[in-house]
Amino acid sequence: MAIREIRAEAITEAVRRMVIEANTDIGQDILGAFEKAKQTEESPLALSILDQIEENADIAAREKMPYCQDTGFACFLVEVGQDAHVTGGGLEDAINEGVRRGYKEGYLRASILSDPIERKNTKDNTPAHIHTELVPGDRIHIKFSAKGGGSENMSQSKMLKPSDGLEGVKEFVVKVASEAGPNACPPIIVCVGIGGTFDRSALLAKKGIFREAGKPNPIPFYANLEQELLRKINDLGIGPQGLGGRTTALAVHVEAFPCHIASLPVAVNIQCHAHRHREVAL
Amino acid sequence: MSAGPLKIKVPLSREDVERLRAGDVVRLTGTLITGRDAAHKRMVELLEKGEKLPVDLKGQVIYYVGPSPAKPGEVIGSAGPTTSSRMDRYSPRLIAEGLTGMIGKGYRSEAVVEAMKKHRCVYMGALGGAAALIAKSIKRSEVLAWEDLGTEAIRRMEVEDFPAIVIIDADGNDLYKIGREKYQKTA
Repeated sequence: MAIREIRAEAITEAVRRMVIEANTDIGQDILGAFEKAKQTEESPLALSILDQIEENADIAAREKMPYCQDTGFACFLVEVGQDAHVTGGGLEDAINEGVRRGYKEGYLRASILSDPIERKNTKDNTPAHIHTELVPGDRIHIKFSAKGGGSENMSQSKMLKPSDGLEGVKEFVVKVASEAGPNACPPIIVCVGIGGTFDRSALLAKKGIFREAGKPNPIPFYANLEQELLRKINDLGIGPQGLGGRTTALAVHVEAFPCHIASLPVAVNIQCHAHRHREVAL
Repeated sequence: MSAGPLKIKVPLSREDVERLRAGDVVRLTGTLITGRDAAHKRMVELLEKGEKLPVDLKGQVIYYVGPSPAKPGEVIGSAGPTTSSRMDRYSPRLIAEGLTGMIGKGYRSEAVVEAMKKHRCVYMGALGGAAALIAKSIKRSEVLAWEDLGTEAIRRMEVEDFPAIVIIDADGNDLYKIGREKYQKTA
Protein backbone atom coordinates (compact mmCIF):
# COMPACT_ATOMS: atom_id res chain seq x y z
CA MET A 1 0.00 0.00 0.00
CA ALA A 2 1.21 3.49 -0.85
CA ILE A 3 2.04 5.97 1.88
CA ARG A 4 -0.65 8.61 2.36
CA GLU A 5 0.44 12.08 3.43
CA ILE A 6 -1.47 14.11 6.00
CA ARG A 7 -0.45 17.69 6.67
CA ALA A 8 0.32 18.66 10.26
CA GLU A 9 -1.67 21.86 9.72
CA ALA A 10 -4.78 19.79 8.88
CA ILE A 11 -4.39 17.96 12.19
CA THR A 12 -4.00 21.25 14.07
CA GLU A 13 -7.13 22.66 12.46
CA ALA A 14 -9.18 19.54 13.19
CA VAL A 15 -8.08 19.61 16.82
CA ARG A 16 -8.76 23.34 17.21
CA ARG A 17 -12.29 22.80 15.98
CA MET A 18 -12.90 19.66 18.09
CA VAL A 19 -11.81 21.12 21.42
CA ILE A 20 -14.14 24.12 21.04
CA GLU A 21 -17.09 22.05 19.84
CA ALA A 22 -16.78 19.35 22.47
CA ASN A 23 -16.52 21.87 25.31
CA THR A 24 -19.54 23.94 24.29
CA ASP A 25 -21.89 21.53 22.54
CA ILE A 26 -22.39 18.41 24.64
CA GLY A 27 -23.14 15.42 22.43
CA GLN A 28 -26.51 13.85 21.58
CA ASP A 29 -25.39 10.64 23.29
CA ILE A 30 -25.23 12.22 26.72
CA LEU A 31 -28.37 14.32 26.15
CA GLY A 32 -30.19 11.08 25.32
CA ALA A 33 -28.85 9.54 28.52
CA PHE A 34 -30.23 12.47 30.58
CA GLU A 35 -33.68 12.00 29.01
CA LYS A 36 -33.59 8.27 29.68
CA ALA A 37 -32.59 8.89 33.30
CA LYS A 38 -35.60 11.15 33.80
CA GLN A 39 -37.89 8.22 32.97
CA THR A 40 -36.68 6.20 35.95
CA GLU A 41 -35.74 8.90 38.45
CA GLU A 42 -38.04 9.03 41.49
CA SER A 43 -36.66 11.93 43.53
CA PRO A 44 -38.25 15.32 42.76
CA LEU A 45 -35.02 17.11 43.71
CA ALA A 46 -33.01 14.79 41.42
CA LEU A 47 -35.43 15.46 38.56
CA SER A 48 -35.00 19.20 39.04
CA ILE A 49 -31.21 18.72 38.95
CA LEU A 50 -31.48 16.78 35.68
CA ASP A 51 -33.63 19.59 34.24
CA GLN A 52 -31.00 22.15 35.24
CA ILE A 53 -28.25 20.05 33.69
CA GLU A 54 -30.20 20.01 30.42
CA GLU A 55 -30.82 23.75 30.65
CA ASN A 56 -27.09 24.24 31.17
CA ALA A 57 -26.34 22.17 28.05
CA ASP A 58 -28.78 24.29 26.10
CA ILE A 59 -27.26 27.62 27.25
CA ALA A 60 -23.73 26.38 26.57
CA ALA A 61 -24.55 25.26 23.03
CA ARG A 62 -26.60 28.35 22.18
CA GLU A 63 -24.12 30.89 23.54
CA LYS A 64 -20.96 28.91 22.74
CA MET A 65 -19.99 28.92 26.41
CA PRO A 66 -18.14 26.08 28.09
CA TYR A 67 -20.61 23.50 29.51
CA CYS A 68 -18.34 23.35 32.57
CA GLN A 69 -15.71 25.89 33.64
CA ASP A 70 -13.28 23.01 34.03
CA THR A 71 -12.63 22.55 30.34
CA GLY A 72 -10.40 19.67 31.21
CA PHE A 73 -7.13 18.02 30.49
CA ALA A 74 -7.17 17.69 26.69
CA CYS A 75 -7.05 13.90 26.29
CA PHE A 76 -6.43 12.31 22.90
CA LEU A 77 -6.58 8.74 21.70
CA VAL A 78 -4.97 8.72 18.26
CA GLU A 79 -5.11 5.70 15.98
CA VAL A 80 -2.38 6.17 13.40
CA GLY A 81 -2.60 4.06 10.27
CA GLN A 82 0.83 2.59 9.60
CA ASP A 83 0.62 3.83 5.99
CA ALA A 84 -0.09 7.43 7.02
CA HIS A 85 2.73 9.97 7.08
CA VAL A 86 2.49 13.36 8.79
CA THR A 87 4.18 16.12 6.78
CA GLY A 88 5.18 19.64 7.75
CA GLY A 89 5.62 18.92 11.44
CA GLY A 90 5.26 16.29 14.15
CA LEU A 91 1.98 14.65 15.17
CA GLU A 92 2.19 15.64 18.85
CA ASP A 93 3.26 19.21 18.06
CA ALA A 94 0.33 19.51 15.64
CA ILE A 95 -2.14 18.31 18.28
CA ASN A 96 -0.70 20.61 20.96
CA GLU A 97 -0.89 23.57 18.59
CA GLY A 98 -4.58 22.78 17.94
CA VAL A 99 -5.20 22.67 21.70
CA ARG A 100 -3.34 25.97 22.16
CA ARG A 101 -5.41 27.70 19.47
CA GLY A 102 -8.74 26.14 20.38
CA TYR A 103 -8.53 26.85 24.10
CA LYS A 104 -7.56 30.47 23.43
CA GLU A 105 -10.11 31.16 20.69
CA GLY A 106 -12.89 29.33 22.51
CA TYR A 107 -12.27 31.14 25.84
CA LEU A 108 -11.71 27.76 27.46
CA ARG A 109 -9.94 27.58 30.81
CA ALA A 110 -6.24 26.74 30.97
CA SER A 111 -5.89 24.16 33.73
CA ILE A 112 -2.53 22.52 33.06
CA LEU A 113 0.54 23.01 35.24
CA SER A 114 4.05 22.59 33.84
CA ASP A 115 5.18 20.59 36.86
CA PRO A 116 3.10 18.72 39.47
CA ILE A 117 5.19 20.01 42.37
CA GLU A 118 6.13 23.51 41.22
CA ARG A 119 2.51 24.05 39.99
CA LYS A 120 2.89 26.90 37.46
CA ASN A 121 0.10 27.22 34.88
CA THR A 122 1.25 26.87 31.25
CA LYS A 123 -1.62 29.25 30.38
CA ASP A 124 -2.62 27.56 27.12
CA ASN A 125 -3.80 24.18 28.43
CA THR A 126 -0.86 22.35 26.84
CA PRO A 127 0.60 19.82 26.86
CA ALA A 128 -2.29 17.59 25.89
CA HIS A 129 -2.41 14.00 27.15
CA ILE A 130 -1.88 12.00 23.95
CA HIS A 131 -2.00 8.25 23.57
CA THR A 132 -1.18 6.89 20.11
CA GLU A 133 -1.76 3.43 18.72
CA LEU A 134 -0.45 2.11 15.44
CA VAL A 135 -3.20 0.45 13.40
CA PRO A 136 -3.55 -0.92 9.85
CA GLY A 137 -4.56 1.55 7.12
CA ASP A 138 -3.53 4.98 5.89
CA ARG A 139 -5.72 7.29 7.98
CA ILE A 140 -5.31 9.04 11.29
CA HIS A 141 -8.30 8.74 13.61
CA ILE A 142 -8.24 11.37 16.36
CA LYS A 143 -10.49 10.97 19.40
CA PHE A 144 -10.70 13.85 21.88
CA SER A 145 -12.21 14.08 25.34
CA ALA A 146 -12.04 17.05 27.74
CA LYS A 147 -11.45 15.40 31.12
CA GLY A 148 -12.39 17.29 34.26
CA GLY A 149 -10.18 17.14 37.34
CA GLY A 150 -12.94 16.59 39.91
CA SER A 151 -14.01 13.24 38.50
CA GLU A 152 -10.45 12.25 37.59
CA ASN A 153 -9.51 12.63 41.26
CA MET A 154 -12.10 10.04 42.29
CA SER A 155 -10.60 7.36 40.02
CA GLN A 156 -8.78 4.34 41.47
CA SER A 157 -6.98 1.19 40.41
CA LYS A 158 -6.12 -2.04 42.16
CA MET A 159 -4.16 -5.22 41.51
CA LEU A 160 -6.67 -7.87 42.57
CA LYS A 161 -5.74 -11.50 43.19
CA PRO A 162 -6.98 -13.97 40.55
CA SER A 163 -8.90 -15.68 43.38
CA ASP A 164 -10.90 -12.46 43.88
CA GLY A 165 -12.46 -13.26 40.51
CA LEU A 166 -15.41 -11.58 38.88
CA GLU A 167 -17.04 -10.88 42.27
CA GLY A 168 -13.91 -9.04 43.39
CA VAL A 169 -13.99 -6.92 40.24
CA LYS A 170 -17.66 -5.99 40.75
CA GLU A 171 -17.09 -5.19 44.41
CA PHE A 172 -14.17 -2.90 43.61
CA VAL A 173 -15.98 -1.01 40.83
CA VAL A 174 -19.04 -0.38 43.03
CA LYS A 175 -16.79 0.68 45.93
CA VAL A 176 -15.04 3.27 43.74
CA ALA A 177 -18.37 4.68 42.52
CA SER A 178 -19.63 4.75 46.10
CA GLU A 179 -16.58 6.62 47.39
CA ALA A 180 -16.77 9.08 44.48
CA GLY A 181 -20.21 10.08 45.81
CA PRO A 182 -21.07 13.72 45.15
CA ASN A 183 -17.46 14.75 44.43
CA ALA A 184 -17.35 13.46 40.85
CA CYS A 185 -20.42 15.45 39.69
CA PRO A 186 -22.92 12.62 39.29
CA PRO A 187 -24.67 11.37 37.23
CA ILE A 188 -21.37 9.82 36.22
CA ILE A 189 -20.07 7.40 33.60
CA VAL A 190 -18.01 4.66 35.20
CA CYS A 191 -15.17 3.60 32.91
CA VAL A 192 -13.60 0.28 33.84
CA GLY A 193 -10.43 -1.43 32.61
CA ILE A 194 -9.97 -5.10 33.46
CA GLY A 195 -6.79 -7.06 32.79
CA GLY A 196 -3.54 -6.20 31.04
CA THR A 197 -0.79 -4.85 33.26
CA PHE A 198 -0.83 -2.17 36.00
CA ASP A 199 -0.67 0.65 33.41
CA ARG A 200 -2.69 -1.11 30.72
CA SER A 201 -5.73 -1.46 33.00
CA ALA A 202 -5.75 2.32 33.54
CA LEU A 203 -5.51 2.93 29.80
CA LEU A 204 -8.40 0.51 29.18
CA ALA A 205 -10.47 2.44 31.70
CA LYS A 206 -9.48 5.75 30.12
CA LYS A 207 -10.73 4.52 26.73
CA GLY A 208 -14.24 4.70 28.18
CA ILE A 209 -14.17 8.51 28.12
CA PHE A 210 -13.95 8.44 24.33
CA ARG A 211 -16.92 6.07 23.93
CA GLU A 212 -20.45 7.15 23.08
CA ALA A 213 -22.37 7.20 26.39
CA GLY A 214 -23.95 3.81 27.00
CA LYS A 215 -22.72 2.13 23.81
CA PRO A 216 -22.24 -1.48 24.90
CA ASN A 217 -19.02 -3.46 24.80
CA PRO A 218 -19.18 -5.65 21.64
CA ILE A 219 -18.54 -8.81 23.67
CA PRO A 220 -21.89 -9.96 25.17
CA PHE A 221 -20.30 -11.09 28.46
CA TYR A 222 -18.88 -7.61 29.07
CA ALA A 223 -22.02 -5.87 27.80
CA ASN A 224 -23.98 -7.84 30.44
CA LEU A 225 -21.41 -6.97 33.09
CA GLU A 226 -21.84 -3.28 32.19
CA GLN A 227 -25.60 -3.53 32.78
CA GLU A 228 -25.19 -5.41 36.04
CA LEU A 229 -22.65 -2.89 37.36
CA LEU A 230 -24.92 -0.02 36.31
CA ARG A 231 -27.80 -1.49 38.34
CA LYS A 232 -25.59 -2.03 41.38
CA ILE A 233 -24.19 1.51 41.20
CA ASN A 234 -27.64 3.05 40.83
CA ASP A 235 -28.81 1.06 43.87
CA LEU A 236 -26.31 3.08 45.93
CA GLY A 237 -28.88 5.91 46.02
CA ILE A 238 -26.26 8.65 45.57
CA GLY A 239 -28.26 10.31 42.80
CA PRO A 240 -27.59 13.42 40.70
CA GLN A 241 -25.11 15.68 42.54
CA GLY A 242 -25.16 13.21 45.45
CA LEU A 243 -28.45 14.56 46.83
CA GLY A 244 -30.16 11.16 46.68
CA GLY A 245 -31.91 9.44 43.80
CA ARG A 246 -31.93 6.63 41.25
CA THR A 247 -29.51 8.21 38.79
CA THR A 248 -25.98 7.86 40.15
CA ALA A 249 -24.50 6.62 36.87
CA LEU A 250 -25.71 6.99 33.29
CA ALA A 251 -23.54 4.22 31.91
CA VAL A 252 -20.72 1.79 32.66
CA HIS A 253 -18.07 1.29 29.98
CA VAL A 254 -15.93 -1.83 30.38
CA GLU A 255 -12.82 -2.75 28.36
CA ALA A 256 -10.83 -5.93 28.91
CA PHE A 257 -7.42 -7.27 27.82
CA PRO A 258 -5.45 -10.51 28.34
CA CYS A 259 -3.39 -10.65 31.50
CA HIS A 260 -0.70 -12.60 33.41
CA ILE A 261 -1.55 -15.83 35.28
CA ALA A 262 -0.69 -14.09 38.57
CA SER A 263 -2.70 -10.92 37.98
CA LEU A 264 -6.17 -9.42 37.89
CA PRO A 265 -5.68 -5.65 37.47
CA VAL A 266 -8.76 -3.42 37.63
CA ALA A 267 -8.90 0.33 37.06
CA VAL A 268 -11.86 2.68 37.32
CA ASN A 269 -11.76 6.08 35.64
CA ILE A 270 -14.72 8.19 36.71
CA GLN A 271 -16.25 10.53 34.13
CA CYS A 272 -18.60 13.34 35.22
CA HIS A 273 -21.85 14.20 33.43
CA ALA A 274 -19.81 16.60 31.27
CA HIS A 275 -18.97 13.73 28.91
CA ARG A 276 -17.39 16.00 26.27
CA HIS A 277 -15.92 14.12 23.35
CA ARG A 278 -15.51 14.31 19.59
CA GLU A 279 -13.68 12.32 16.96
CA VAL A 280 -12.47 12.81 13.41
CA ALA A 281 -10.75 10.66 10.80
CA LEU A 282 -8.20 12.36 8.53
CA MET B 1 -37.52 20.14 52.25
CA SER B 2 -39.07 23.41 51.08
CA ALA B 3 -41.49 23.59 48.14
CA GLY B 4 -39.99 26.52 46.23
CA PRO B 5 -36.53 28.07 46.45
CA LEU B 6 -35.91 30.41 49.41
CA LYS B 7 -34.71 33.87 48.43
CA ILE B 8 -31.68 34.55 50.59
CA LYS B 9 -29.38 37.59 50.83
CA VAL B 10 -25.61 37.17 50.87
CA PRO B 11 -23.56 37.80 52.94
CA LEU B 12 -25.85 35.76 55.21
CA SER B 13 -27.60 37.34 58.18
CA ARG B 14 -27.13 35.66 61.56
CA GLU B 15 -30.80 34.64 61.42
CA ASP B 16 -30.38 32.96 58.02
CA VAL B 17 -27.29 31.05 59.19
CA GLU B 18 -29.41 29.56 61.99
CA ARG B 19 -32.59 29.16 59.94
CA LEU B 20 -31.20 27.39 56.86
CA ARG B 21 -31.58 23.61 57.00
CA ALA B 22 -29.91 20.80 55.02
CA GLY B 23 -32.07 20.25 51.93
CA ASP B 24 -33.26 23.86 51.57
CA VAL B 25 -33.19 24.97 47.94
CA VAL B 26 -32.03 28.60 47.83
CA ARG B 27 -31.47 31.47 45.41
CA LEU B 28 -28.74 33.81 46.64
CA THR B 29 -28.61 37.52 45.90
CA GLY B 30 -25.84 39.90 46.97
CA THR B 31 -22.08 39.55 47.26
CA LEU B 32 -19.90 36.45 47.29
CA ILE B 33 -16.14 36.21 47.44
CA THR B 34 -14.31 33.45 45.57
CA GLY B 35 -11.24 31.37 46.22
CA ARG B 36 -10.01 27.86 45.56
CA ASP B 37 -6.88 25.76 46.15
CA ALA B 38 -4.04 28.25 45.64
CA ALA B 39 -5.83 31.18 47.35
CA HIS B 40 -6.72 29.00 50.36
CA LYS B 41 -3.12 27.91 50.72
CA ARG B 42 -1.91 31.53 50.64
CA MET B 43 -4.57 32.78 53.06
CA VAL B 44 -3.74 30.18 55.67
CA GLU B 45 0.01 30.74 55.24
CA LEU B 46 -0.54 34.46 55.93
CA LEU B 47 -2.68 33.76 59.00
CA GLU B 48 -0.07 31.37 60.36
CA LYS B 49 2.54 34.11 60.05
CA GLY B 50 0.18 36.43 61.94
CA GLU B 51 -0.32 38.66 58.90
CA LYS B 52 -3.50 40.29 57.59
CA LEU B 53 -5.53 38.84 54.74
CA PRO B 54 -6.10 40.94 51.60
CA VAL B 55 -9.83 40.50 52.21
CA ASP B 56 -11.76 40.49 55.49
CA LEU B 57 -13.56 37.15 55.76
CA LYS B 58 -15.76 38.16 58.67
CA GLY B 59 -19.38 37.42 57.79
CA GLN B 60 -18.53 36.52 54.19
CA VAL B 61 -19.66 33.62 52.00
CA ILE B 62 -16.91 32.05 49.89
CA TYR B 63 -17.53 30.31 46.56
CA TYR B 64 -15.04 27.70 45.39
CA VAL B 65 -14.71 28.52 41.71
CA GLY B 66 -12.09 28.96 39.01
CA PRO B 67 -14.06 30.51 36.15
CA SER B 68 -13.28 30.12 32.48
CA PRO B 69 -12.14 33.36 30.77
CA ALA B 70 -14.79 36.00 30.02
CA LYS B 71 -15.45 36.73 26.36
CA PRO B 72 -15.21 40.40 25.38
CA GLY B 73 -18.22 42.26 26.77
CA GLU B 74 -19.16 39.43 29.15
CA VAL B 75 -19.03 39.62 32.97
CA ILE B 76 -17.49 36.18 33.35
CA GLY B 77 -17.04 32.87 31.56
CA SER B 78 -18.56 29.64 32.82
CA ALA B 79 -18.38 29.46 36.59
CA GLY B 80 -19.48 26.26 38.32
CA PRO B 81 -18.23 24.97 41.69
CA THR B 82 -15.06 22.96 42.23
CA THR B 83 -14.64 20.05 44.67
CA SER B 84 -14.74 21.38 48.23
CA SER B 85 -12.76 18.61 49.93
CA ARG B 86 -9.51 20.07 48.60
CA MET B 87 -10.21 23.11 50.78
CA ASP B 88 -10.87 20.99 53.90
CA ARG B 89 -7.32 21.35 55.14
CA TYR B 90 -7.70 25.15 55.24
CA SER B 91 -11.42 25.71 55.92
CA PRO B 92 -11.50 25.30 59.73
CA ARG B 93 -8.97 28.14 60.04
CA LEU B 94 -10.98 30.38 57.69
CA ILE B 95 -14.27 29.56 59.44
CA ALA B 96 -12.63 30.61 62.71
CA GLU B 97 -11.68 33.81 60.91
CA GLY B 98 -15.37 34.55 60.37
CA LEU B 99 -16.72 32.81 57.23
CA THR B 100 -20.45 32.17 57.61
CA GLY B 101 -20.97 30.30 54.38
CA MET B 102 -19.14 28.16 51.83
CA ILE B 103 -20.33 27.11 48.37
CA GLY B 104 -18.83 24.20 46.47
CA LYS B 105 -19.59 20.58 45.69
CA GLY B 106 -18.89 17.29 47.41
CA TYR B 107 -18.06 15.95 50.86
CA ARG B 108 -16.56 17.93 53.76
CA SER B 109 -14.32 16.51 56.47
CA GLU B 110 -15.38 16.04 60.08
CA ALA B 111 -13.01 18.81 61.14
CA VAL B 112 -14.78 21.24 58.79
CA VAL B 113 -18.23 20.24 60.08
CA GLU B 114 -17.04 20.63 63.69
CA ALA B 115 -15.74 24.13 62.91
CA MET B 116 -19.05 24.96 61.18
CA LYS B 117 -21.04 23.92 64.25
CA LYS B 118 -18.76 25.74 66.66
CA HIS B 119 -18.52 29.04 64.75
CA ARG B 120 -21.93 28.82 62.97
CA CYS B 121 -21.38 28.42 59.25
CA VAL B 122 -23.43 26.87 56.42
CA TYR B 123 -22.16 24.71 53.52
CA MET B 124 -24.09 25.02 50.29
CA GLY B 125 -23.78 23.05 47.07
CA ALA B 126 -23.93 24.61 43.63
CA LEU B 127 -24.68 22.36 40.66
CA GLY B 128 -21.34 20.91 39.59
CA GLY B 129 -20.91 21.05 35.82
CA ALA B 130 -23.81 23.47 35.28
CA ALA B 131 -21.32 26.25 34.77
CA ALA B 132 -23.00 28.13 31.92
CA LEU B 133 -26.31 28.19 33.80
CA ILE B 134 -24.67 29.47 37.00
CA ALA B 135 -22.76 32.17 35.09
CA LYS B 136 -26.14 33.71 34.19
CA SER B 137 -26.68 34.63 37.85
CA ILE B 138 -23.33 36.45 38.14
CA LYS B 139 -23.90 40.12 37.38
CA ARG B 140 -20.48 41.58 38.24
CA SER B 141 -17.06 40.17 38.95
CA GLU B 142 -13.79 41.82 39.91
CA VAL B 143 -10.46 40.54 41.13
CA LEU B 144 -9.93 41.52 44.78
CA ALA B 145 -6.51 40.01 45.31
CA TRP B 146 -3.77 37.85 43.86
CA GLU B 147 -4.35 38.44 40.17
CA ASP B 148 -1.19 36.40 39.56
CA LEU B 149 -3.20 33.28 40.44
CA GLY B 150 -5.24 33.71 37.24
CA THR B 151 -8.43 31.67 37.42
CA GLU B 152 -7.59 30.97 41.08
CA ALA B 153 -7.48 34.66 42.13
CA ILE B 154 -9.79 35.98 44.87
CA ARG B 155 -12.80 37.70 43.30
CA ARG B 156 -15.81 39.64 44.49
CA MET B 157 -18.97 38.61 42.67
CA GLU B 158 -22.35 40.30 42.64
CA VAL B 159 -24.96 37.58 42.18
CA GLU B 160 -28.69 37.54 41.56
CA ASP B 161 -30.72 34.41 42.24
CA PHE B 162 -27.59 32.25 42.31
CA PRO B 163 -28.92 28.64 42.53
CA ALA B 164 -27.73 26.53 45.47
CA ILE B 165 -28.87 23.88 47.93
CA VAL B 166 -28.00 23.73 51.63
CA ILE B 167 -25.91 20.57 52.04
CA ILE B 168 -24.69 20.89 55.64
CA ASP B 169 -26.40 23.31 58.02
CA ALA B 170 -24.85 24.99 61.05
CA ASP B 171 -26.06 22.11 63.24
CA GLY B 172 -24.21 19.55 61.11
CA ASN B 173 -27.21 17.94 59.35
CA ASP B 174 -25.92 16.56 56.03
CA LEU B 175 -28.11 16.24 52.92
CA TYR B 176 -25.59 13.88 51.28
CA LYS B 177 -26.29 11.36 54.06
CA ILE B 178 -30.04 12.01 54.31
CA GLY B 179 -30.62 11.88 50.54
CA ARG B 180 -28.54 8.79 49.91
CA GLU B 181 -30.11 6.79 52.76
CA LYS B 182 -33.54 7.54 51.39
CA TYR B 183 -32.83 6.06 47.95
CA GLN B 184 -30.32 3.33 48.80
CA LYS B 185 -31.40 -0.23 47.90
CA THR B 186 -29.72 -2.97 49.90
CA ALA B 187 -29.06 -6.23 48.09
